[in-house]
Amino acid sequence: MGSQIFRCVNFLNRLLLLLSLGCPFAATYFELSTLSSNSTQYKPDHHDAEDSAQDERLNVFTVDYNYVQIPYEVTLWILLASLAKIGKFIDSKDKSTVIIYSSILYNTGHRTSPSIQVLYNIFIAFTQMHRYEEIEPVDVLAGFARFFVVGLGGVLFGIVFGFVSAFMTRFTQNISAIEPLLVFMFSYLSYLSAETLYISGILAMTACAVTMKKYVEENVSQNSYTTIKYFMKMLSSVSETLIFVFMGVSTVGRNHEWNWAFVSFTLLFCLIWRVLSVFALFYISNKFRTYPFTIKDQLIIAYSGLRGASSFSLAFLLPMYLFPRKNMFITATLVVIYFTVFIQGITIGPLVKYLDVKKTNKKECINEEIHVRMMDHLKAGIEDICGHWSHYQLRDKFKKFDTKYLKKILIRENQPKSSIVSLYKKLEIKQAIEMAESGMISSAASTASLQAQLAPLLMHRLSPEEVESMRDMLAHSLYQVRQRTPSYNRHNLPTETSEKQAKEILIHRQNSLRQSVRKGNSLPWGKPASTKNVRFLSLPYGTHHPARRKARHDASTGDYSRDSDSMVSIMFSPRLRAGSLGANHRQQEMVPMEQLDRREKLSDFAGQRGTPSKQDHTARIRRPALMPKPQFDAVFEEEIQGYESEEEEEAVAASRPSVKWAAEKRNVRHFHKAPSSPFWRK
Amino acid sequence: MGCQNSHPSAIPELEEIMQETGFSQASVVRLYDRFQALDKQQKGYLSKYDLQGIGELAVNPLGDRIINAFFKEGEELTDFRSFIRVLAHFRPVEEEKSKETGRPEPMNSRLRKLQFAFQLYDQDSDGKISRDEMLQVLRLMVGIQVTEEQLACIAERTIQEADQDGDGAISFEEFATSVEKLNIEQRMSLRLLK
Repeated sequence: MGSQIFRCVNFLNRLLLLLSLGCPFAATYFELSTLSSNSTQYKPDHHDAEDSAQDERLNVFTVDYNYVQIPYEVTLWILLASLAKIGKFIDSKDKSTVIIYSSILYNTGHRTSPSIQVLYNIFIAFTQMHRYEEIEPVDVLAGFARFFVVGLGGVLFGIVFGFVSAFMTRFTQNISAIEPLLVFMFSYLSYLSAETLYISGILAMTACAVTMKKYVEENVSQNSYTTIKYFMKMLSSVSETLIFVFMGVSTVGRNHEWNWAFVSFTLLFCLIWRVLSVFALFYISNKFRTYPFTIKDQLIIAYSGLRGASSFSLAFLLPMYLFPRKNMFITATLVVIYFTVFIQGITIGPLVKYLDVKKTNKKECINEEIHVRMMDHLKAGIEDICGHWSHYQLRDKFKKFDTKYLKKILIRENQPKSSIVSLYKKLEIKQAIEMAESGMISSAASTASLQAQLAPLLMHRLSPEEVESMRDMLAHSLYQVRQRTPSYNRHNLPTETSEKQAKEILIHRQNSLRQSVRKGNSLPWGKPASTKNVRFLSLPYGTHHPARRKARHDASTGDYSRDSDSMVSIMFSPRLRAGSLGANHRQQEMVPMEQLDRREKLSDFAGQRGTPSKQDHTARIRRPALMPKPQFDAVFEEEIQGYESEEEEEAVAASRPSVKWAAEKRNVRHFHKAPSSPFWRK
Repeated sequence: MGCQNSHPSAIPELEEIMQETGFSQASVVRLYDRFQALDKQQKGYLSKYDLQGIGELAVNPLGDRIINAFFKEGEELTDFRSFIRVLAHFRPVEEEKSKETGRPEPMNSRLRKLQFAFQLYDQDSDGKISRDEMLQVLRLMVGIQVTEEQLACIAERTIQEADQDGDGAISFEEFATSVEKLNIEQRMSLRLLK
C-alpha cells in the first residue's frame, strides 16, 4: 500500500513539474490569442481592428495569465518542493493526533460579500466599453451570465483545490511542519488560479477553505492546527488594522475633491436605500416566520447599517483611467463611512435603550434569571433530541457519498499511537491538575454540612446591593446555552470558551455519577499507598472537540464490527493517600478523558469481556482520573468490580461524546482482578 | 439521519397520537423517523443509553434530567407514544380562535409547559422544589468558579423570592407566579415541531 501511494505521489510530482514548466509556454500562447479586454495596460492608441471589435462586446469568459504569472509560479514551485518532501516520507506510517481547523478566509473576504466584488468587476468592465450608447441588451445578458460563471466557477475551483490539498495532507504525518504551508499555499493558489480566469478568487478561496475544513482538519497534526488558527487570526487582525490605517491616512491627505451635491446625495441615498431594503425584505420574510420581526427590530436593523473597509477598498481600486474624478468618489465614500461608523455607531446605543425601555421591564429577581436559563437549556436539549430535519434528500445523499468514498481517499488512515508520553498528553495533565486544584471538587457530604452551618445565616433578608452582586455573579457564571450556529469572533478563537464549558459539564457529570454509584457500593477506601497500580492507556487519535468527535462517530456508527472505530471506555479513579489529604471528602478529582481507539494493544484486554451486545457499538464515557500534584505518578486503581456491574445498569455513565482524557502514567502495570481486565469494555 | 421516510401507515396508533398531541401527520412521521434512527437496534423502544448517544446532550448541563423526563418512574424503556407525548409539550402554541371550554387542556399549553419545567426541578415529585433541589439545579447550571457558599446564598434567595406561604419550598403555583412575566410560550416551543 505504501509503495503504491509512493508511486502515485511520484507521478503527481512529475505531472506538477511538467505543468509548472509548461505554464510560461502556455502564457505566451495565450497572450497571442487572448480575448481579454481587461489587460493591465490601457492602450488607447494601439487598438488594432480586431481588438476594437472585441472591445465592443462584454466578454463572459477571459483568460489572462500575465495577470498572475509571477505569484502563481512561485507558489507552484513551493508546492512542488513540498510534494517532493512528502514523497520521501511516504513509507513510514506513523500517526498523528487530532484535528483541526483551517479557516482561510482573508479578512476582506469575510467582510465583503463576494457578489459585491463580482458586481464591481462587471460594472468596471461595462465602463470600459467606450460609450454608454454602445451597451446593448446582449451585453446586459452577458453580464448576468458572467455573474454566474464567475460565481460557480469560483466555487468549483475552490473545491478542486481543497480536495487536492486534502489528499496531500494525507501523507504528511512525519513532516507535519509543512502542513500549515500546504494549507496557506493551496488557498492562495486557488485564489490566484481563479483570478487568472477572472473568476471570483474570493469565492474560490472560501470554497477551498470549507472543503479543507472538512478533510484537512482530520489529517493535520495538533501543532499545525494551532499554527494555522493563530496565524490566520493574526493575519486577519493585521489586514483589518491596515485598511483602517490606510483609510485614516487618506482622509488627511490632500487628494480630495469636495463636491457638496455629490457627497450629500450619496449619503442621503445610502440611508434611504438601506431603510427601504430592510423594510421591504422583512415584509417578505415575515410572512414565513412564526415569530415575526417587529417594526422596532426592523428600525434598529436599518439604523445599524455600517459601511467600512470594503466600500473604501472598492472605491480606492477604481481605475484612474476610467474614472478621472476618482478622488471625488473617494471623498464621498469616506464621508459615508465616517457618518455611518461614527455618528450612527455612537447613537445606536441610546437609541436601542430608548426604544426598548418601554418594552422590557428589568428583571428584579434572580428567580427569573435562573428559570430563563433553565428553560433555554431545556429547549436546546429537546431540540437535540428531535434532531435536524433534513428536508432535502440531497444532503443525505451527499453525506453518504462523502462517507463512502471521499473520506476514504482524503483522510488519513488512523492507526493508534502506542507511545507512552507525548507533549500533548503532558499538557492535558497539567491542565487537569490545575483544574483539580482550582476547586473542581464537590461532594454531597460537604454540601450538606455547609448547608447546616449556613442555615442560620441565610435567614435574613438580603439588601439590594447584595442581590445586585448576586445577579452579576450569576450572569457571569451561568453556563451558556449551546448555539446552533457558532458565532465568529475576530479576536478570540471561537471554540475556547465553549470547550471549557463542555469540559466542566462533562467532568461534573462524571463526578455526580461517581457519587451516585458510590452510594450503592461499598468500595474499599484508603488503600495502602504502596499499591501503585497504574493504568496505562494508549492513545487517542481523537479530537478534543466533542462535537467533532461526534461527527466522526456518526460516520462510524454504521459499522458494528469490532474493527470499526469504536471506542473503549476506561474507568479510572484516583485515590488519595489516606493520610496526607485527610478526609473521605476530597476524592473526586476528575479529569476529562478522551475516547480511545479500540484497536490497539488493548484489544487483548477487550477480548475477554463478556459484555452484552449493546455495548458493542460506540464509546462510553470515560471516567476521569486525576491525581494530586505531589503524587503525580501514583494513580491508584480502585477495585471496581462491583462498580462495573453497577455500571452496566447505570447506563447513564455512558455517553458517546468523548471527554478529553489526560491521565498519564509512568509505571505501566496492569491491574487485573481476574484474567480479564476489569476496566476495558468493548 | 432522517432520510428514511416511513410511510404513515407504518406508525402504530397514528390517529390517536395526532389527536392527543396535536401534531400534524408530517411531524409525527418525522418524529417517528427520528425515533427509529435513535433506536439503533430496532427494538421498538428507546432506552436511556440510546438517548445518551446524542452528543450534544452530554454537554448540556441539564442533559441527564432531560433524558430522565422521558422515562416514567422506575422504567428503563420508552415507546414511541411516550416519546412523542413528551415532545408534544414543545409544540408552538397557535392562536386560539375560539375557546372551547369542554376540551381538555392541550398538551402544549402554557400550563403544561410549566408543569414540564417544574418536573425538571422537582426530582422527587413531591410537588415542591426544596432548597436542596434548587441547589442541585444551580450546581448543574453554574460554572466552577462559584463557591458552595455563594451557591447556597443564591438558592436561598431564590426560594425567598418565590416562596409566598413560607414553607421554605416552591410549590407549583408559586413557580408559575414567579415566571408569569416570561414569554413561556416562546421560550418553550420549538418551531420545527410545528
